[in-house]
Amino acid sequence: MGTKLNSAAAGTANYVDERTSIGGFVKFFARKLFPDHWSFMLGEIALYSFIVLLLSGVFLTAFFVPSMTEVHYEGPFETMHGVAMTEAFASTLKTSFEVPGGLLIRQIHHWAALLFLAAIMTHMCRVFFTGAFRKPRELNWLVGFTLMILGLAAGFSGYSLPDDVLSGNGLRIIDGVVKSIPLIGSYISYWMFGGEYPGVDIIPRLFTMHILLVPGLILALIALHLFLVFLHKHTQYPGGGKSHKNVVGLPLFPVYTAKAGGFFFVVFGIIALVASVFTINPVWNYGPYDPSPVSAGTQPDWYILFVDGALRLMPGWIAGVFPLEWELWGYTLSWNILIPAVIVPGIFFAIIALYPWLEAWATGDKGERHVLDRPRNVPVRTGIGVAMISFYVILVIEGSNDIVANLFHLSLNDITIFFQWGIFIIPPLAFWITKRICLGLQRKDRELVLHGHETGTIVRYDHGEYVEVHRPLDEQEVWLRVSYDNHKPLEIEPELNDHGVARKGYRWDRFKQRLSRFYFEERVEPVTPEELEEARHHHDSHGAHEAAEAEESGERLDSEWEELEDGAKR
Amino acid sequence: MSAPEHSTGSELDPANGFENPGLGEHRPRKADIDDKADKKAERQTAALFGISIVGTIIALVAYFTLNDADPGDIAQIRQVNMWIGIGIFLAMIGIGLGAIHWAKTLMRDHEMVEDRHELRSSDEAREGAIQNLKDGVEDSGLGGPKRRSVLKGSLITALAVAPLAVLVPQIGNMGSDWNISKFRHTLWGPGVRLARDPDGALIKAADVTIGSVFHVIPDGLNDLDHHHLISEKAKAVVLLVRLDPADLKVQEGREDWSFDGIVAYSKICTHVGCPVALYEQQTHHLLCPCHQSTFDVSDGCKVVFGPAKRPLPQLPIAVDDEGYIVAQADFDEPIGPSYWDRLKGGDDTTAEEVSH
Amino acid sequence: MHAIARRRHHRAAPLLLVLALLALITGVAAVAAPSAATASTEASADDVAAGERLFAANCASCHGLDAQGQDGVAPSLVGVGAAAVDFQVGTGRMPMQASGPQAPAKPVQFDQDEINQLAAWVASLGAGPAIPTPEQVDPALGDAANGMLVFRTNCAMCHGSIGGGGALTQGKFAPSLLETTPEHIYEAMLTGPQSMPVFNDANITPEHKRDVIAYLDFQSNGSPGGLSLGAIGPVSEGLWAWLILLGLIIASTIWVGARSS
Repeated sequence: MGTKLNSAAAGTANYVDERTSIGGFVKFFARKLFPDHWSFMLGEIALYSFIVLLLSGVFLTAFFVPSMTEVHYEGPFETMHGVAMTEAFASTLKTSFEVPGGLLIRQIHHWAALLFLAAIMTHMCRVFFTGAFRKPRELNWLVGFTLMILGLAAGFSGYSLPDDVLSGNGLRIIDGVVKSIPLIGSYISYWMFGGEYPGVDIIPRLFTMHILLVPGLILALIALHLFLVFLHKHTQYPGGGKSHKNVVGLPLFPVYTAKAGGFFFVVFGIIALVASVFTINPVWNYGPYDPSPVSAGTQPDWYILFVDGALRLMPGWIAGVFPLEWELWGYTLSWNILIPAVIVPGIFFAIIALYPWLEAWATGDKGERHVLDRPRNVPVRTGIGVAMISFYVILVIEGSNDIVANLFHLSLNDITIFFQWGIFIIPPLAFWITKRICLGLQRKDRELVLHGHETGTIVRYDHGEYVEVHRPLDEQEVWLRVSYDNHKPLEIEPELNDHGVARKGYRWDRFKQRLSRFYFEERVEPVTPEELEEARHHHDSHGAHEAAEAEESGERLDSEWEELEDGAKR
Repeated sequence: MSAPEHSTGSELDPANGFENPGLGEHRPRKADIDDKADKKAERQTAALFGISIVGTIIALVAYFTLNDADPGDIAQIRQVNMWIGIGIFLAMIGIGLGAIHWAKTLMRDHEMVEDRHELRSSDEAREGAIQNLKDGVEDSGLGGPKRRSVLKGSLITALAVAPLAVLVPQIGNMGSDWNISKFRHTLWGPGVRLARDPDGALIKAADVTIGSVFHVIPDGLNDLDHHHLISEKAKAVVLLVRLDPADLKVQEGREDWSFDGIVAYSKICTHVGCPVALYEQQTHHLLCPCHQSTFDVSDGCKVVFGPAKRPLPQLPIAVDDEGYIVAQADFDEPIGPSYWDRLKGGDDTTAEEVSH
Repeated sequence: MHAIARRRHHRAAPLLLVLALLALITGVAAVAAPSAATASTEASADDVAAGERLFAANCASCHGLDAQGQDGVAPSLVGVGAAAVDFQVGTGRMPMQASGPQAPAKPVQFDQDEINQLAAWVASLGAGPAIPTPEQVDPALGDAANGMLVFRTNCAMCHGSIGGGGALTQGKFAPSLLETTPEHIYEAMLTGPQSMPVFNDANITPEHKRDVIAYLDFQSNGSPGGLSLGAIGPVSEGLWAWLILLGLIIASTIWVGARSS
């Protein structure tokens, strides 16, 4: 039986290989090593929720009718009897209430969409804080960034498809934002909606975008993203035996085939569990789209909330006297919309996309970096990351300010005013605090390397002095704390050369130097071998014997304790 | 072949003066050394796969049995979806946890080391690439003494403009008639009666008691076909409020736009176009639920808070012979959010475009 | 015991924590079904007299002995009708305890007979809306689909799409309607308490009011999709997606990434 199976497998393999030379690929891939760490699986969550989105989305297209033709509801749901609606909305209700399990698949699809973007952003944070975007991965960072933007587009286009009141008002906000664009805004709005808002074209158009265009691009970029991961080989956390020139891990086949493959089922399972227990996007509550009604709690899905929050935060008048909508030569320029909905998100995303180059200018680093940074060892980067997150979170909370106000019995006006100041104060403060914490942790690392772990054992010398015994770090622990890249501010050539002539490119160098000083002026130097030697020498002369003795007595206590425990059990 | 976990010293560069100590000591797992633990892990894995099979059965049973009562029964819809979902959950998570448990306990966990190679191509490869490209340019006839700038220029120009042949008709068709002056016209006009949203019942002035708010559409809107109804409704919806005339600050030039404390304002926010609908009877404030622009109905719907800059446009109203509230005219400005040439354009529409 | 206590990070602790959190949140999300109460609307001269005494003892300090109100303190109650009294006192909003952005609902201080007596006395001061009859507020007689249309045009902007409540300006709020009795819903529409506008019978006809009640009553069936997360829209869904969905999955990545013992 076994041999039969084996020969069948060999025959198939031979057949395929003779036609595809797949053997080479298998040899290349099968035993590729991947380092093991839970945080390396965040991107996988995004990938797997995307697969769940594809699977559930195919099911939904079997029932969804992307049409804005008017029908009157004839299905079983009581609060919709006879109500006029578009076919898009009617077919969404049909999928939900007349297809057994249809509502489950809708909910799986929607929860997976929320998870997809949450996982992408968490993954980006991991890559950012560990410096995994450095050479040679800058381009892959850009691919990932583009995937996030496409994820937003996929999410928003899908959210609008059921043609309910909530998403319809969301589309109307988009229309208002688009119209604010100088010169061509009105024409873009006509182009999107096929005439005046809302028209009858937007649902079919969004449908094509949602099921063909955007997912096609996402698939292509995922392929590129993963190809580059294989090409670069995965990054690894610092530690003994790890360097920029090797990769330490376990083979793709069988370990990661089982772990990562199994993890897909875990992600799918948990999405299914949440979707079976928690309602999401109950369009039957909102009702079919009509331009007149609106409900409290009119918000987009969470990943667009930051734009909504920015729109809420921006005042129409500064202090009631200075308008932020200008009328210039008879034309209207709406800063109150352009700044929060176009300019600020644009700058925010541009900084994210270009960050790898920004940091490369500051470090002047030209080598490949495959060992990750511990966030504390790059305090300015970590500070920038936390500041950006706090900025984003402020906008998200402001985008939910009515919910927050209602939940905590606050005034939404007060929340808005608080964040109108907070948006300028909190991110810099977060940067400063984070940087201080990182520097503090680095100093603590120095302390630990030089003086060892506190053992909690107090020793009394013959002459009466009490000291706490410190246990020195082993070589692995030391290496983790001393092996980081110790960048110093860039030195640049002087402005004038020997002949007193201004040199080309000086201003650019000067900019890079300023940036570099911002990053590395204030830093904690790693312990040098000489310092360590001296500290150890000092400790040795000062009670190595007692330390050993204390250790021994500690162990004795431990074993006595265990004996007692065993006794108690019996 | 079998054990590539050697790490040669040359790969492990020192850092900050310290030598890389190499990989830490490998500690075997229980299952590696204890046969009992090994068997136990195997049993656990099999049990997890078993859970998956049970989950599949639950999902199928739920699909076939929970699904025959009264359609539209909320509890039943909830049950079917929940049990199928829990079945899928178990079916998936059983496989997932089983496979991972297997990998963690029984598959290799002794880390291996592989060298990285610089991504940069070798110098020979680069030279070869450059040479190949040079040869290609040569073969195309673009290199060498004949520079063929006309050929190059015409090709680039052709490539640059060719997309227009595809894009212009496509994009051109997507915007319908591109007549953006439609923004400035609504169904309102002299004598159009105000009707209740959504059922279209007409409104008499006497019906609007102090403290009331009516959501209003123009009479005749509901007779339009669906497409026009939605597009026109999106511009025409109005809020009708009656205040104590003593509370109402009449706006200059609009002395006769209200009727005994009854005022009508566009319901579409001047910020980004949400329906502004939260009317607080005591403060006379109108709040937009989307971005919280707040307008003071007693004072010309001026902005008192939030991101909007302009007041809501006012609809001038009067009462006709039969006591119904009617519009005196259309809005005197475009309703809704601002756009670049909002104040421009004058009246360049034909009667046909005002789509009655 | 000791073995667990002495090991600082027990392997199962994160998982247990997440499960406990899940259980807690699920428990909190399960909202009790609305309870029904009925009011009798008969009024006699005795009731009026009893009501006057109750009013003098409990309400007159703000509204005045003759219920004419005081400027800046409390409004006149002449002509507000029995419906306003039944709503304000029957939901505990009156007597008001402390000044704030608005008078919140709180435990009711009077029994239904006393409320009826107060209502009878206030109604005797001037004509106003009466307490609705049981038939007027019977959800079974209403058309929930039409109720949906009326509700979302006139009510949902403040109270949310199915009446979960929402915020107004300066700390005021539109309360949740999920546990409000049909009578009180009807009376609120008719009388326009506090920030709420008045929806007289020309605006929302008595039949339409009953349809609204039928629509709100329908919500007691719960959501077909499972627990409703407060029915306040995408914000709570987003929060759940991060805390529960991503939380559970990240907890499992930690298990996947941890070395087997």
